[in-house]
Amino acid sequence: MTATAPSTGVRLSGISKRYGTFTAVHPLDLSVPAGSFFALLGASGCGKTTTLRMIAGLENPSTGTVELDGTDVTALPPHKRPVNTVFQSYALFPHLDVYENIAFGLRRRGLKSVRKQVEDMLELVQLGDLARRKPQQLSGGQQQRVAVARALINHPQVLLLDEPLGALDLKLRRQMQLELKRIQTEVGITFIHVTHDQEEAMAMADTVAVMNDGRIEQLGAPADLYEQPRTTFVANFLGTSNLITAEVLDASGDELALRAADTKLTLPAKRCTGTARVGEKLLIGIRPEKITLTPAEDAGTVPEGRNRVTGRITESSFTGVSTQYLIDSPVAPGLAVYQQNIERDSRLAPGAEVVLHWNPGHGFGLDAAQRIEAGTDVDLGEGPS
Amino acid sequence: MTTLTEQLPAPAPAAGSARPVRRRRLVPYWLLLPGILWLLVFFAAPLVYQASTSVQTGSLEDGFRVTWHFATYWDALNQYYPQFLRSVGYAAIATVLCLGLGYPLAYLIAFRAGRWRHLLMILVIAPFFTSFLIRTLAWKTILSDGGPVVRTMDRLHILGLTDALGVTEGHRLLATPLAVVCGLTYNFLPFMILPLYTSLERIDGRLHEAASDLYARPLTIFRKVTLPLSMPGVVAGTLLTFIPAAGDYINAELLGSPDQKMIGNVIQSQFLRVLDYPTAAALSFILMAAILAMVTVYIRRSGTEELV
Repeated sequence: MTATAPSTGVRLSGISKRYGTFTAVHPLDLSVPAGSFFALLGASGCGKTTTLRMIAGLENPSTGTVELDGTDVTALPPHKRPVNTVFQSYALFPHLDVYENIAFGLRRRGLKSVRKQVEDMLELVQLGDLARRKPQQLSGGQQQRVAVARALINHPQVLLLDEPLGALDLKLRRQMQLELKRIQTEVGITFIHVTHDQEEAMAMADTVAVMNDGRIEQLGAPADLYEQPRTTFVANFLGTSNLITAEVLDASGDELALRAADTKLTLPAKRCTGTARVGEKLLIGIRPEKITLTPAEDAGTVPEGRNRVTGRITESSFTGVSTQYLIDSPVAPGLAVYQQNIERDSRLAPGAEVVLHWNPGHGFGLDAAQRIEAGTDVDLGEGPS
Repeated sequence: MTTLTEQLPAPAPAAGSARPVRRRRLVPYWLLLPGILWLLVFFAAPLVYQASTSVQTGSLEDGFRVTWHFATYWDALNQYYPQFLRSVGYAAIATVLCLGLGYPLAYLIAFRAGRWRHLLMILVIAPFFTSFLIRTLAWKTILSDGGPVVRTMDRLHILGLTDALGVTEGHRLLATPLAVVCGLTYNFLPFMILPLYTSLERIDGRLHEAASDLYARPLTIFRKVTLPLSMPGVVAGTLLTFIPAAGDYINAELLGSPDQKMIGNVIQSQFLRVLDYPTAAALSFILMAAILAMVTVYIRRSGTEELV
C-alpha cells in the first residue's frame, strides 16, 4: 500500500446495483485518491446516490467490491466501516441536542471523554453557543453544519456527502460550499460529494465524475471536463454548449476541415473524440463565451484563421456581467453567445445580421451518432436518486 | 384564546361596519361551543352529582341527604383497600405484559412488515368488531375446566408449575389471578399496540441509517434511537392500558372468583346490588384521584413533554 503515492482512498471495482429488472448502477470502476475532493455529478435518478450508499454500506452491491485504503469492505455493515455520511436531509437525531448528536459516533466507539473533541468540532463549524439546542430549533444552515460535524468528528477515512446543500437557499449554498471546501482542506479527509448542481461540483471538487443513467460518462478535473467534454451529455449538462453538425472534408493533417451548411470550419484533430473519417458527420462544440460577435458590415475586421459563421440575432438579454444572445444561423438554429459587457456595440440588437467567430482551438469534436440534445432536458429535482 | 384570535388575518377595513369584525372574533368560541356543552352535560354534571352523592347519608327507603359525611371516604378505603391494591397490581402486570407483547409486534409491523403492514394492523383492530363482553365470555369457555387449554397445560405440567407459583389453583385456570390478568392483557392489548405503532411508524428510517453509519450496532440503534423516539407511544400506550384496566370489572367478574375481585367489581356491586350509593361514589372518586396521581407522577418521570 506504500508503493503508490497518492494512495487510493476508495476503489470501486465492477460495482453495480440492480433492483429487480431495473439497473440503478451499471458495473463501474472508480478510484478516488486519498485526500481528494471528489464529486459525483448527475441528474436525479442517475445512480449517484446509490453509488454513495454502496460505499457507506447502506446498500449492498449486486456485483463488485468496495475497497477503502486497500481493504475490501464489501461485506462489512455500515457500523463497521471507517466511513461517515452527511445525509441529504441531515437525519439529525431529534431527541438529542447538538452536542449529543455530534458526540454520537465517539460514544458508540466507547470513548469515555468526548468533551474536548466535541468542543473542538463545535468550534470548527462555528456552533459553540448552540451546543444545547435541539436540531429542530436550528436553521437549515446550522443543521447542515451539525450534520458535517457529526460525521467529521469520527475522522473517517472517507466522508460521504449526499446532496448536503440541496435544502439550502442559493446564497447560503454558495457560502456553505466555501466552508466545506475550507474544512476539507483543513482536515485533509477524502470527500465524496454527490450533487446535481454542476456549478457546485466544479467549484468544490478536484475531480468530477459525471454520471448519467447508471454509468460514469466522463471523469476529470472540472476545467478539463468543461473545455473538452467527450459526450453530448457532458457538453450540455456541464454548462451550455453550441453543437453544430458538420461533414468532414479533410482529415489528413492536424487540422480537420469541415463543412456545415456551406460554411467551412476547422477543428484541431486532437480536440476530437474518436477518429474523423472523410465524408462522415461529426459535432463541433463551442462554448457560448468563446464566440465573438461582429456586425455583418464589419466582417472584414475579423482576423484570419478564425472560424466564421453568419447569423441573425433573435434575442438578447442583459445580465450585468454579460449579454446573452440567441442567434439563428444557417449552420444551426438558436446558437448561444455570451459577450462580456466591456464595450457594448449598440448595433448588436435583435434582427441584426452578425458574424460569429472563434478560435478553432476552442472548439471540440464529438461523435455525431449521439443524441444532440442529451443532457439539456434532464430532471434536476432533488428527490432521492 | 387570545392567541387564536390574534392569528386570524386582519379584517379588511373596507367591510364598512364593525359587525363582521366582531362576528369573526367570536368564531373560535362558536366552534368550541358544542364541545364545551358536551363536556358540561356528560362530564362535569355527572361528576358534580357523584361528588354530592359521596357525601350523602341515608338509606334507600328514607332517601339520601347531603350531610357532608366525609367519613364515607375513610370507611370505604379502610374496607376495600385490598381490592384497590389488587386492581393496581393486576392493571400494572397487565400493562407490562401488554408492553412486552405489543412492542415487538408494533415494531415488526412498523419496520419489517412491508406490504403486509395494513393487513396486520387490521388484524390488531379486528377484535373490536365484536363486543368486549362477548370476547371475554368466549375466553370463559376456552379456559373452562376440562377444556382443551386446561387439559393441554395440565399434560405439559404447566398448571402444576403455576399452581406452585400461586397464580392458579387446583389445576384449573378459571377463577384464578392468571386468568384475570390474561383477560385484561388480551382485552387491552390493541390500546397498547396502536399508539406504539403510530409513534414507531413516524420514526424516519434515515435515522436508523445515520445511527448505523455512526458505528451503532443494531441493538444500540434500538436503545439509543428507536426506543427514545418511541417513548411518546410507550407512555400513551401504558396509560391507555393501565387506566381502563385498573377500573375494569368484566374480566374479574367473568374469569375470576370473589378472591380476584377488583375495585371495579366493588363499585359495581355497591351501585347495583347493595345500593349503597355514597360508598360507591366515594370509591369512584378515590379510584379517580389515585389514577390521576399515579399518571401525573408517571408522566413527570418519563419526561415525554420534551419528546413531543
